[in-house]
Amino acid sequence: MGHTIQIHHVTRIEGHARIDIHLNDEGRVSSTQFHVTQVRGFEKFTEGRPFYEMPAITARICGICPVSHLLASAKACDAIMAVQIPEPARLLRELLHCAQFIQSHALSFFHLSAPDLLLGFDSDPAARNVLGLIEKHPEAARDGIALRRFGQQAIERLAGERIHPAWVVPGGVNRPMSVDVRDQILSELPLAHSILRRTLRMFKSMLDQFPAESEAFGNMPTMHAGLTDLDGRLQIYDGIVRFIEADGRPAGRIARPLEYSRMIGEAALPDSYLKAPYFKPRGYPEGIYRVGPLARLNVAETCGSAEADRELAEYRQRLGRVVNSSFFYHYARLIEALWALERMEELLHLPEILDRHVRAEAGVNALEGVGIIEAPRGVLIHHYRVDERGAITGANLIVATGHNNLAISRSIQQVAERFLENGRISEGALNRVSAVVRAYDPCLSCSTHAFGRPAFRLRLLGAGGTVLDER
Amino acid sequence: MPDRVSIRIDGELLHARLGQTILEAATAQGRFIPSLCHLKGLTPVGACRLCLVEVAGIGRLLPACTTPVQDGMAVTTRSDRLDRYRRMILELLFAERNHVCAVCVSNNHCELQALARRLGVTHVRFPYSFPKAGTDLSHRQFVLDQNRCILCTRCVRVCAEVEGAHVWDVAGRGIGSRLVCELNRAWADSRSCTGCGKCVQSCPTGALAMKGFAAEEMVKRTETITRLVEAKGVRA
Ligand code: SF4
Ligand code: FES
Repeated sequence: MGHTIQIHHVTRIEGHARIDIHLNDEGRVSSTQFHVTQVRGFEKFTEGRPFYEMPAITARICGICPVSHLLASAKACDAIMAVQIPEPARLLRELLHCAQFIQSHALSFFHLSAPDLLLGFDSDPAARNVLGLIEKHPEAARDGIALRRFGQQAIERLAGERIHPAWVVPGGVNRPMSVDVRDQILSELPLAHSILRRTLRMFKSMLDQFPAESEAFGNMPTMHAGLTDLDGRLQIYDGIVRFIEADGRPAGRIARPLEYSRMIGEAALPDSYLKAPYFKPRGYPEGIYRVGPLARLNVAETCGSAEADRELAEYRQRLGRVVNSSFFYHYARLIEALWALERMEELLHLPEILDRHVRAEAGVNALEGVGIIEAPRGVLIHHYRVDERGAITGANLIVATGHNNLAISRSIQQVAERFLENGRISEGALNRVSAVVRAYDPCLSCSTHAFGRPAFRLRLLGAGGTVLDER
Repeated sequence: MPDRVSIRIDGELLHARLGQTILEAATAQGRFIPSLCHLKGLTPVGACRLCLVEVAGIGRLLPACTTPVQDGMAVTTRSDRLDRYRRMILELLFAERNHVCAVCVSNNHCELQALARRLGVTHVRFPYSFPKAGTDLSHRQFVLDQNRCILCTRCVRVCAEVEGAHVWDVAGRGIGSRLVCELNRAWADSRSCTGCGKCVQSCPTGALAMKGFAAEEMVKRTETITRLVEAKGVRA
């Protein structure tokens, strides 16, 4: 008799998800599904709103990375206004985005995933959380908190508010940066820098401890997508979306945001509110691709900053030019955070970043606009249509976790096959299933349930739907 | 008749000018009575009922913004009953339309929000009615968002009394009442709107706002309206 194992409430991810593992008669994994069980409906209820309200509205999608939605939305609005925003505003937006990357990557690595990595996948689930981390590895916990605070404070200094800043507006930003703020952020950089160096060193020294995980945590050939500039350097605020094959050959690109739908198709899945985007030229589901830190470092030729590029070279030396195991999202994330820090420093030293001309003004000059950025979790697309008065008539949002939807499902299957035996699931195996989801740092409904104690609800369901076991 | 009268407000003896309203007399002495539809300089209409006070010897509550002072009047501006009613009025205003402060142009600069905060409205006990209230984005410079309108009619009055254009009116009845531009035209098609923006500056919420302003960016200049009225001598 076939079984279904359901894992409700994957913990230490941002949002709500459920995992179904279907077992066949022999108790082997027959298929897996990753369901996102929350619907947000932003696309629907923004209809009729003035387009320039969209940044503030869509920033409410997420408490973890509101800056990402703000920026993607503001870029879509810039496109509707058909303006090129003043250069200082562009630099300030990128600066804000870098700070956001650092705080978000710090959250993902230290608060959400470090408990697995440092305490071990098989350690006591009651203590395998950030509190347990504080007890066993106080230095790492402190570093995580300090690094996240650095990013958040920079955001607060720039935008005046940590969560949901109203600073980013269509046409630019609504106030220039003061010399004081610049100097403050500059003075805080060295501490963040030393934390990241330390953390990278620690992570690299641990790599050998997880042979099974690096083998089976979504280790599969897929395409990768990420933003770069014309020279192939890593970009997060603006650039070209490139798609590469699992072996690194170029597969396609989106040079004009408005044409994203030529490259990206969206499949609706039963039982999930998350759509599954795929690389259109290849069709569904063959067009599976990954986004986020792992994919970005696969797609980019270089980071474009000295220290991060050295780390990138070492990363590639260890793992190859294109890394296909999702376990290394963590590694890639740390390198990116380092890059973001270096980029912040570079931006802060540009004299024009203090310029006072930071906002372009215009009405509706195009009836459609698309904004594409890299959120910490991967490519984020906001696409709006408006009528000639500027009222939204249609909106489409493709979020990072959406792009990774297919890859996450497939990774779960791989982990389940590797760690489940005879229809039985050990605590460690259960946690690995959730951990592989966390490797993608998915931002599911984008709520802030980051610190919940592990509360897996596992159900074994018979073919008839009867609950055979529950814990 | 003397032009000065003596009244008691919350037990304290005060002098007021004959012809002043209770609200004016109280404000002149630096006392606070909640008000929302009232804007100094415009004809008071007593629409929102937030300024209700108790007057000794009178069985019902009276709006301070429209009730003139009388010699010997004893007024109570704060009591449990008044607090309760005022909170209820605010809750009903919130329940009537779709007020989403977090994303509103007037967030942190809104009179409705400020009053709710000041009077301790922490939640709304009544079911929200979620009306389908539209927006008028047709004007080049301004926006009307019915979702945020509390029908205070400040815009109606400032336009008619100060600018002399009388673009705005209220159509419909009861819960179906809506602010309309002229005889229910799109704002852009108005024949009388001069584009002066006085309605926008008078509006206590984000219902009327400058176009293109992002969340929290709309700060209203209500005192400018009052000063303008005083300078023009439209209404003493
Ligand atoms: S639009 Fe503003 S000023 Fe006019 S009635 Fe509504 S809330 Fe009052
Ligand atoms: S202020 Fe007196 S009734 Fe509105």
